[in-house]
Amino acid sequence: MSETPTAIQVVDLVRDYPRPRTSLLRPAPVVHALRGVSLEVKQGERFGIVGESGCGKSTLLRIIAALDRATSGQVIVEGTDITRLPERRLRFLRENLQLVFQDPMSSLDPRMRVRDIIAEPLVVQGHPASGQRVRELLEEVGLSADAGDRYPHQFSGGQRQRISIARALAPRPRILIADEPVSALDVSVRAQVLNLISDLVDELDLTLVFVSHDLSVVKHVCDRVAVMNAGQIVETGYTADVYAAPQHPYTQRLVSAIPTLHRALAGATTSDLLAKGEPA
Amino acid sequence: MSDVLTVRGLSVAVRDKALVSDVDLTVGAGERVGLIGESGSGKSLTALSIIGLLPEDVRADGSVRVDGVGHELVGADERRMSRVRGRDIAMVFQEPMTALNPTMRIGDQLAEAMLIHSTKSKRSALAGAVELLELVQLPAETIRAYPHQLSGGQRQRVVLALALANDPSLLICDEPTTALDVTVQALVLDLIVRGVLERASALLFITHDLAVVATVCERVLVMYGGRVVESGPVGEIFTRPRHRYTEGLLAASDLETADRRLTTIPGTVPPAGQFPSGCVFRNRCRHATDICAQTPEWTGSETRGFACHHPAGVADV
Amino acid sequence: MRRLNPSLVVGGVIVGLIVLMALVSFVWTPYDATLVTPASRLLRPSWSHWFGTDKFGRDVLSQIMVGSRTTLFVGVVAVGVAAVIGVPLGILSAMVRRWPSEFIMRANDLLLAFPALLLAIMFGAVFGASTLTAMIAIGIASVPSFARVIRSGALQVMRTEYVLAARAAGRQPWPIAVRHVLPNVTSLITVQASVSFAIAVLAEAALSFLGYGTPPPTPSWGRMLQESQEFLFSAPRLAIFPGVAIAIAVLGFNLLGDGLRDRFDPKLEDRR
Repeated sequence: MSETPTAIQVVDLVRDYPRPRTSLLRPAPVVHALRGVSLEVKQGERFGIVGESGCGKSTLLRIIAALDRATSGQVIVEGTDITRLPERRLRFLRENLQLVFQDPMSSLDPRMRVRDIIAEPLVVQGHPASGQRVRELLEEVGLSADAGDRYPHQFSGGQRQRISIARALAPRPRILIADEPVSALDVSVRAQVLNLISDLVDELDLTLVFVSHDLSVVKHVCDRVAVMNAGQIVETGYTADVYAAPQHPYTQRLVSAIPTLHRALAGATTSDLLAKGEPA
Repeated sequence: MSDVLTVRGLSVAVRDKALVSDVDLTVGAGERVGLIGESGSGKSLTALSIIGLLPEDVRADGSVRVDGVGHELVGADERRMSRVRGRDIAMVFQEPMTALNPTMRIGDQLAEAMLIHSTKSKRSALAGAVELLELVQLPAETIRAYPHQLSGGQRQRVVLALALANDPSLLICDEPTTALDVTVQALVLDLIVRGVLERASALLFITHDLAVVATVCERVLVMYGGRVVESGPVGEIFTRPRHRYTEGLLAASDLETADRRLTTIPGTVPPAGQFPSGCVFRNRCRHATDICAQTPEWTGSETRGFACHHPAGVADV
Repeated sequence: MRRLNPSLVVGGVIVGLIVLMALVSFVWTPYDATLVTPASRLLRPSWSHWFGTDKFGRDVLSQIMVGSRTTLFVGVVAVGVAAVIGVPLGILSAMVRRWPSEFIMRANDLLLAFPALLLAIMFGAVFGASTLTAMIAIGIASVPSFARVIRSGALQVMRTEYVLAARAAGRQPWPIAVRHVLPNVTSLITVQASVSFAIAVLAEAALSFLGYGTPPPTPSWGRMLQESQEFLFSAPRLAIFPGVAIAIAVLGFNLLGDGLRDRFDPKLEDRR
């Protein structure tokens, strides 16, 4: 009966980027990365954001994580409006909201040892760099304790994502934002990392925002989803509903374009991917 | 109808590490065959061996024959291979951003593909270029554009047009849509299939995405640890897999499952050259026993078979 | 087992030998390098004088040995000055906003456009010609190339996801510069340092040749070259010995730079 508190609220967010001038006479062209995005993520929810490249989902994430400034609009995290807060007032955000990035190759500093990478959020926030905590975290993500002594390039893509996850969990955040965490991974590794994320989110009672271009992955992981296209949210709803009966034409196109084993075995061909039909 | 591509006993090694062992495969005219595997499976190296583009210190052994080419492709010198590439065999790679010459207009690059192999005269080459663009549903004005003015999907379509320019008997695609958005991928996949159907070309399609291979191909070979572990028609392999790795792969990719957790294959893929002796999958297989230390024989035919001592589908004790 | 890096080994050996020669020269040289003995002018190489003597009767081998000190001194000071100023400048310009960054780079370009030797000569005229003033001048003239290279490297690092992750962890810009940017541009610094070292050695030789570098009687390979000019046809060995010494030193440092860069790149350690 009591309402679940809101973890993240985004109101009418706009982000414009000026581009260099192409002509002396006309004004500089502007890229509208976000054109008025609004959404609400409840505490403990698993919320997905789906969209193709250029839709603005990465920009949205960065603004929510205060790594970029909005042109207009509001971002409210756990009740605090962070939209115009200076860096020194964002400490609570840095402790409570952490990110896992997409590219296992470039999301870890190649010159740092794994234990320093994982401990970095702790060190930055003034907690003593505890070897104990690092070992705990390595165990939680399924890596051996001696992994801490090695360098990122000595690990596979899936293992690097685990290190990324361990780093994100170090300051004990309440909100985890994952930006395409499994897009660069093989199928069997993807399954392992998705399970890991799912388990950790359950165990630590985290709010999860999961961004992907792959609707099937989001469908498996998230309760609700927002579909983005060209800087706007075109549809929001419970994932199963959006997938089974997409309302917006873009969502319909997106859903039918995803090849699935199920449909292929039922006889779907490549031209069926282009039809705006109902998914099987 | 003879096979367009015949590969027998293909092995690829770098120094003393075996990367691909003993691969047999055939593709008939107009047939669409998929090669499925994850990183380290050797699928890309197999494709590169066929077209003769292996890196410096990597050696291939075995036999690769293509219908219409009089000589053995493995070990053929560069001069002979350059006459084959772009004409009898064409390839589309994964990365569209670096596949085109940034300093040449699209039209010139398309024309060049035809002029190299003298399939067209200079005059008709440019007209041919427009036709090719039509084929991949790009407007004629694209002739004058430079690669950087096109999106990834558009570039990949141009690359496809380049590949099909001389009506190759074999088209090899190595993860052609992995770097593309879903809606763009749908278009490019459709264009690939239509392109090979119209020319009755053979298609060898390499990917790690099971759904894509099921949608595009008729037959599929599953690779792991540098070996082909199972092969057969798409409908059968993906409903009644026999090899334990295929079984595990199918289970792991099943995102429709109602369970919160996905089924996984225990362990991780070993680094190149460190696969176990005997059955390459035995250190990750729940059903492995002592006999698996011996390399399993191929059970079945060329077009439907597997290499496993304890296959699925037999009453499990 | 890591494969032996030939550049590192060969470069290291060459540089090691030069350093050894310089150290040894402090305690022993076959003859006093500055001793003028008119009786022994222009002797050919022999058992008593392995490289012969010059027009003042000074032993050439001893001069080469003592001259190596100058060469090393030159390289270290010039590169040190260039790096100490250029690297922070490059990183700074990559991290500040548009206008300050442009300002720094244009000032950099100004310095780049200024001929290095001319700068050194001016310094020499103002502060008195000596090895030190020449080196500082060359160092300053080498700053722009460091700054540019480091700036582009720093910009690349700033765009990576691990820097984004550091910001998400709450790191401030300057700690990011020290903790993430600097370690990831060290390979660029090493390569640039070896190139600049080579240029500095050649510049010192040129300056000494012109009379603005190391003043006599301190031996310097460059000045040895200058003094050998009049004997180019009668006794070419007097030019060959210092010339070859300079060439080998430059080669050695270049190879060492390449080798160090590869050696310390953690990613290249266990390639296929």
